[in-house]
Amino acid sequence: MRYEAPETIEGAVKLLAGGGPRGRVLAGGTDLLVQLRASMIAPELVVDIKRIDETREIREEGGRLVIGAAVTGAELGEHAAAKAMWPGVVESAELIGSTQIQGRASLAGNLCNASPAADTVPALVAAAAQCRIAGPGGVRRLPVEEVCTGPGQLSLDDGEFVVAFEFPERPPHSADAYLRFIPRTEMDIAVVGAGVSLSFDDSGRCAAARVALGAVAPTVILVEEAGRALVGTECDDAALQNMAAAASAACRPIDDKRGTVEYRTKVAGVLATRAAKIAAQRAKGAR
Amino acid sequence: MAKAHVTTTVNGDPVEFLCDAEQTLLDVLRDELYLTGSKEGCGSGDCGACSVIVDDRLVCACLMLGVEAEGHSIETIEGMANGDQLHPLQTKFLEHAALQCGVCTPGILVAAKSLLERNPDPTEIEVRYWLAGNLCRCTGYDKIVRAVLDTAQEMRGG
Repeated sequence: MRYEAPETIEGAVKLLAGGGPRGRVLAGGTDLLVQLRASMIAPELVVDIKRIDETREIREEGGRLVIGAAVTGAELGEHAAAKAMWPGVVESAELIGSTQIQGRASLAGNLCNASPAADTVPALVAAAAQCRIAGPGGVRRLPVEEVCTGPGQLSLDDGEFVVAFEFPERPPHSADAYLRFIPRTEMDIAVVGAGVSLSFDDSGRCAAARVALGAVAPTVILVEEAGRALVGTECDDAALQNMAAAASAACRPIDDKRGTVEYRTKVAGVLATRAAKIAAQRAKGAR
Repeated sequence: MAKAHVTTTVNGDPVEFLCDAEQTLLDVLRDELYLTGSKEGCGSGDCGACSVIVDDRLVCACLMLGVEAEGHSIETIEGMANGDQLHPLQTKFLEHAALQCGVCTPGILVAAKSLLERNPDPTEIEVRYWLAGNLCRCTGYDKIVRAVLDTAQEMRGG
């Protein structure tokens, strides 16, 4: 195995494009090193992207938040502006693992590990975040929900890697929230995760809503029907019930030791409702 | 494949080492630098026995490659005492008998030190959450948590 730590995006693309399918991207390494040790993967080349400035920065570009691919959960949690703009995204990142994992684990790693139960992904999808992807053909943008195509499967081409996440501008009266269910208080993998992002108009009606669910399908899913159930309403109980029904109806989970199909389907609606209530509460307090 | 040459700071001293790309920071600390205080419990980031501080962040040395340490500053359990003078956490762990077999202890001490540097007055809940990534199969954690809280109080001058 060869290790390279390029300092530019171009340098990383060149290495990855030359490395073929046996090249892997290293950000925080909290999944990659476990897979290396378990011999689940045997890359010929590992490209560490942490020495590329763009992957390490959190900044605002014209009112839009941009979070570098290798920014850690701990760094995100300490960033007051990021927390104020996208509290749901930040709380989803802070839920992952222990203090030690928080010091290394990155947003892009969580996405590109392509687990259906990844905690940040429903929050990123609900937020309508886009990946800034660099590759041999230049830079392109891809909605987060289009990055994973199945467990462990990505739509990225050889030589491509995620440089940063771009978030949309935040209108007034907007907020997001993420909740996950695990059988204990922390340090576990989501049985179900729910991310909700809401915007309200000046009269208090929901103007835009995105609902995304984790661990209930082969990939994280954006449930457009659930979002539509809230738009135009005041997110009252009846609207929330319709939203929950749409969320549950979209689930295609597996049975495993963490939860049955029936259980996950039910909990998806419950969690989406609770996350929507938190997001609505935050939106009313915001600006 | 030629070994990589890595320049770092370990416990305040400049350190250079050679390592293979596959070697973790924990492998390097233990097998190349003979700093065997950091333990390998699980090797997958679950147990925290290999906890070290890299540029003021608590991390598992088993989840970082040795080559990634280039240019960074690493603190291990070996840097905790000042010569023969134990760190207050070490003294309190002895007083409270906050260890039995001792395999988790170096990681827990490093993790607790990192907590108290950020938060000199943690609540019991904060201590328990901060140390949730450090598993101890002997003590049941109560003595550990009490030792950390007692150290915090003493270091604040109470």
